[in-house]
Amino acid sequence: MFAPVYFDHNATTPLDPVVLEAMLPYLGTRFGNASSRHDYGRAARMAIDEARSRVASAVGAHATEVIFTSGGSEANNLFLRGAAACMRPGLLAVSAVEHPSVREPARQIVAGSQGAWQLREIRVDGEGRIDGEAYQAVVKDKPRLVSVMLANNETGALYDIAALAKGAKQTGACFHSDAVQALGKVAIDFRALNAAGVHALTVSAHKINGPKGAAALIVDKRVELQAQISGGGQERGLRSGTENVAAIVGFALACELAVGRLAAGAQRVAALRSQFERGLHGLGATVFAAAAERLPNTSYFAFADIEGETLVGKLDRAGFAVASGSACASASTEPSHVMAAMGVAPELARGAVRVSLGADNTEQQVAEFLAALGDTVFQLRRLVALAG
Amino acid sequence: MLKFPIYLDYSATTPVDPRVAAKMIPYLCEKFGNPASRSHAYGWEAEAAVEEARAQVAALINADAKDIIWTSGATESNNLAIKGAANFYSGKGKHLVTVTTEHKAVLDTMRELERQGFEVTYLTPGDNGLIGIEQFEQALRPDTILASVMAVNNEIGVIQPIAELGEICRGRGIVFHVDAAQATGKMPIDMAALKVDLMSLCAHKTYGPKGIGALYVRRKPRIRLEAQIHGGGHERGLRSGTLATHQIVGMGEAFRLAREEMASENLRIGALRDRLLKGVTDIEETYVNGDLTHRVPHNLNVSFNFVEGESLIMAIKDVAVSSGSACTSASLEPSYVLRALGRSDELAHSSIRFTLGRFTTEEEIDYTVKLLHAKIAKLRALSPLWEMHQEGVDLDSVQWAAH
Repeated sequence: MFAPVYFDHNATTPLDPVVLEAMLPYLGTRFGNASSRHDYGRAARMAIDEARSRVASAVGAHATEVIFTSGGSEANNLFLRGAAACMRPGLLAVSAVEHPSVREPARQIVAGSQGAWQLREIRVDGEGRIDGEAYQAVVKDKPRLVSVMLANNETGALYDIAALAKGAKQTGACFHSDAVQALGKVAIDFRALNAAGVHALTVSAHKINGPKGAAALIVDKRVELQAQISGGGQERGLRSGTENVAAIVGFALACELAVGRLAAGAQRVAALRSQFERGLHGLGATVFAAAAERLPNTSYFAFADIEGETLVGKLDRAGFAVASGSACASASTEPSHVMAAMGVAPELARGAVRVSLGADNTEQQVAEFLAALGDTVFQLRRLVALAG
Repeated sequence: MLKFPIYLDYSATTPVDPRVAAKMIPYLCEKFGNPASRSHAYGWEAEAAVEEARAQVAALINADAKDIIWTSGATESNNLAIKGAANFYSGKGKHLVTVTTEHKAVLDTMRELERQGFEVTYLTPGDNGLIGIEQFEQALRPDTILASVMAVNNEIGVIQPIAELGEICRGRGIVFHVDAAQATGKMPIDMAALKVDLMSLCAHKTYGPKGIGALYVRRKPRIRLEAQIHGGGHERGLRSGTLATHQIVGMGEAFRLAREEMASENLRIGALRDRLLKGVTDIEETYVNGDLTHRVPHNLNVSFNFVEGESLIMAIKDVAVSSGSACTSASLEPSYVLRALGRSDELAHSSIRFTLGRFTTEEEIDYTVKLLHAKIAKLRALSPLWEMHQEGVDLDSVQWAAH
C-alpha cells in the first residue's frame, strides 16, 4: 500500500512494534479472564498488576491510584460524573478549550441537576493561554470541581496545572486534568501535582504509540467516586467489566517507552517543529498559540485565504496526512470551539490545519512536506486570484 | 498430545481464534488510523474496517448494521442499555423487571437504579433455571418501562424464552433488553423475528478479543437511550470515545466465523458435552444444575455432593474450570445463581461449571472424566459426611452440636 507521511499524531499514533510483541501473547496462549482463579486467570491477573505498577511509575503515581478504562473519553466521564455524584452540588469550572469528553459530561451534569450545578467556562486569551484574572474570578466563587487539560489537542498549548490547582486548593476544589495529549510529550509527576492540589489525571495509550482501547484515570484515593459502569466489581469497584489484558499490557510498555525517550525525543521533535514553522512563516501562515508554552510536536496554523478542508484534501492527495481539526469533532465543518474561545475570526478559523509530529517523523519528511505545502498554497491562491 | 491445564472455562473467556488475531494485527500495525479522522487515508481505511465489522456483527443476529453501537464490552452494554433506557423513559414510569439469575452487570446496574428511585422486581426462576411466561407477565405493571432477561445464563447455560417475553413486552410498550453475551455463536439469534429492543453483545466469549462489545439498539420501532459516556459524539452520540479499530475488526471476524461455523461446531461441542455428562453422571450423588433441554450445548454445571467445590478445583488443577462465574469468583459465597434455583448451600458449594468450546477435544474430555472419578473418590474417602451417608445416616436429621 502507498503510505502517506503521517503528521497527525495528536489524533492517534502508530503502535510501537515492541509494544505489539508484548501484547501478542495475550491475544494468543495467555488468553485467560483475570477474574478466573485457575492458571489462565492468574497469569492475566499478574499481567494487569504488573502493568498497573508500570503505568503508575511512568506518571509518578502509586499503583493503587490507577484505574484502567477503555479510553480517555471514558476516564474523563468517570471522573467528572463520578466525582460530581458524590459531592454537594455547586460550581463546576472547565476551561473553554477542553476536549469534548470533558465539555460534554460537564454540560450533562449541569443540565441534569435542576440548577444545583452551575457551569463556568474559564476564558483563554488570543494565544490560547488561561486568562489569569478570569481564573482568579472563578476561584473566588469557590468551585467544587475544576477541570483544566494539561495540553490542548488542537493548539498544543500547555497549562500550568500545578499553579492553577494551587490557586484552587484553598477553596477546597477537586481538580482534574485531562493529560491525554501531554503524556509522553512532557514530564508528568502525579505526586508533585497531587501535592499542589491536582486530584486526578487522565492518560491514554493510543496517543503514545500504544494500542487503542486502554487508558487510565490516575486518582487520589481520598476523592470519592461513583462508578459509572457497574457489574463484576473490577478496578476496586470503580470500573466493572472484563479487563482488556492485551491492551493494558501494551499501554504499560508504551508508557515506559514514552517516558524513557522523553528527554531526547521531545528535543528532536521540537527541532522538527521549528524547521516546519520557519517554513510556515515564509509562506505567510498564521500560527495559533505561537506565544504560548506549547507541546513540542504540535503546530496549528492557517492561511487567511485558504479553507482548511480544501488544503487538507490537497495535502492528502500529495501524500501527507494532516488534520483540519480534532479528529473527534471532525465530522462537522464548524470552526472549532478552541478557535472560537481564542477569539480567532471565523474566516481565519476555517483555515485551521493541524500538524502533529511524532517519533517516526524525519527532517526530510518535513522538508518534503513544506515543499508540497508551498506548491499547494501557491496553486490555491492562484485559483482564488483567478476567481476574483 | 494433551496440553495442561485443559481449558474448560470457555464461558469465562475464549481464546482469540488465530484467524481473528491475524485479521486484527494489520490494524495494530500499518493500518493504525483513527476512524474519526476525516482528512486522510489512514482515517478512511480505519473507518471502512469499522463499518465492515459492524455489518459482520449485525449479520450474526440478522440485524441492520445501523442498529449496532460499539462499546468496550458486555458490561458496558448492559449498563448503557439499562441506565440509558430507564433514564430516558423515566417520565413514563419507574418500574423495572429482571431475574435473580442475571449477570452482575445487570443486577448491580438495577441496584444502582433503585438508589436513584426506580423500583425493580426480581423474578426467581424455577428450579430448572427458567422463568415462566405467566410469571413474567404477572410481574408487569402499567408503570413498567423496561424488562431485562438474559438469553443464556453464564453459569448454567439455560436459554430463557426471550421470543415469548419479547412478544409480551412489545404488546405493552415495554422496552425489552436481552444480555446475549453468552449466546452469540451458541444459538441462532434473529433480530428480524425477535421483539427485542436492546441486546448486549460481547467479543471475548465468541473467540474475539477482550475490550470490545456492542449494543444493538432498535431503530424500528425506535428505542431512545441517554448516553452514559459523553464527548466527541461517536456512535450516533450514544457512546463517545475513539474506536479501537483492531478490536472492532476482531469482533467482526469472530462473529463472521461464528455465523459460518456455529451449526457444525455446536453439534461437535454438544456431542463432547454429552460425553462429559455421561462420564460425570456415572459418579454417585451428582446433580446437574439447570434444564438440560433448554440449554446451550457448551455448558455442564454439576454439583458433586459430599465434595467441597474449592477442594475439588484444587484437586483437578490439570483442568481449568470455574466454581461460579469468573466475575464473582473472588468471593467464597455459594453461587447466587444456584441458590436462586433452590439448591442447598452444600450443593451450591460443591458445584463445578464445565464450559466447552471450539478447541476442546475428545481426549481432553476423557482425561477430565477419569480425573474426576479418581479425585472425587479420594476426597469422599476423607469425608466423614460421605461415610455417614454410606452408612445410611440421613444427614438432614442429624442434630449437629456446636463446640
